[in-house]
Amino acid sequence: MMGKLDTWSEALKRGVVAGWPICLGYIPIGMALGVLAEKSGLDPLRMGLMSLLVFAGSSQFIGVAMIESGASPLSIIITTFVVNFRHFLMSSALAVPLAGLDKKFLTLFAYGVTDESFGVNMTRFREGGWSHRAALVVHHAANTTWIIATVAGALVGSLIPKGAFGIDYALAGMFIALLVMQLNGKIYIITGAVAGVVAIFWRVLIPGDSYIVGAAVVAATVGFYLKRRSRGITFEECRPEESLR
Amino acid sequence: MTLFDYFLILLGMGVVTYLPRLLPLLFLTRRELPSWLVEWLELIPVAILAALLAPALLVDGNSLSVDFTRPEFIVAIPTFIFAYRVRSLGGTVIFGMAIFWLYGKVF
Repeated sequence: MMGKLDTWSEALKRGVVAGWPICLGYIPIGMALGVLAEKSGLDPLRMGLMSLLVFAGSSQFIGVAMIESGASPLSIIITTFVVNFRHFLMSSALAVPLAGLDKKFLTLFAYGVTDESFGVNMTRFREGGWSHRAALVVHHAANTTWIIATVAGALVGSLIPKGAFGIDYALAGMFIALLVMQLNGKIYIITGAVAGVVAIFWRVLIPGDSYIVGAAVVAATVGFYLKRRSRGITFEECRPEESLR
Repeated sequence: MTLFDYFLILLGMGVVTYLPRLLPLLFLTRRELPSWLVEWLELIPVAILAALLAPALLVDGNSLSVDFTRPEFIVAIPTFIFAYRVRSLGGTVIFGMAIFWLYGKVF
């Protein structure tokens, strides 16, 4: 399950090759955040500090808006916690392929767990042959791009004309490809479909961002029970590898 | 707001973002997980990806209504087919961007 152990230079190459769609997608979003921050009175230094210390896109947009509106520090921090809590679920899933690694590595690795890096790394781990070092490179390539893009946006405004080259669709395209790569078998297709439908209803009906964690937990649980039932509920025979290609 | 006050807010935001990312990694990598949990966690990536993607494609963020005519969704259909056929991450990103860009030019 751990895949191979890259040397750092191999990991650097493989991580960048795997992570470039994230970086591409972060450029327009990061710049947009920088522009917004500049308009809200945050200078490039403050923008860069936020991207370094928080590194979580959607919560940074919300944070900038709340700071501008004069919200209390406590309410900003609580909101950030709620918006970013979904990473708890992602780190839990990442614990399976990262089992047994030392604390120092995990402490560094945890910093870069985002929706995007999670999608890329989990898909690679599943395919096999992915190393934890390459996964860490994905994190830091994404983080570096994010910091540069947000600071550049705050410094000079967005350098990218609106809608240029469809770059705004880079992350959507990446998530579509990652989702397709996850659809290995009936249980996975059903789980994805349930998650999508539940997420849409949840998003429309319940304010906030709870739809991501909510729909994922519901769908994984439905998929889990379907898998168990299709196998006749034999706890001894649970081998997750069976479901892989 | 002074830079120091701002820094304190960031520190708070950073801690509450970092800990949920760290704690499961520290605790769940240290022990043999029960097979049911591993099996459940195996389904989390597909579930999270679908839960992130579906509303982003289909729900209008301002009016909070489902809209099947959103360019994001219409472009997603050929992009999905392309991804299924070609199974390339980079290729799909470029393909999706190109179709989205063309769609914006034409409509």
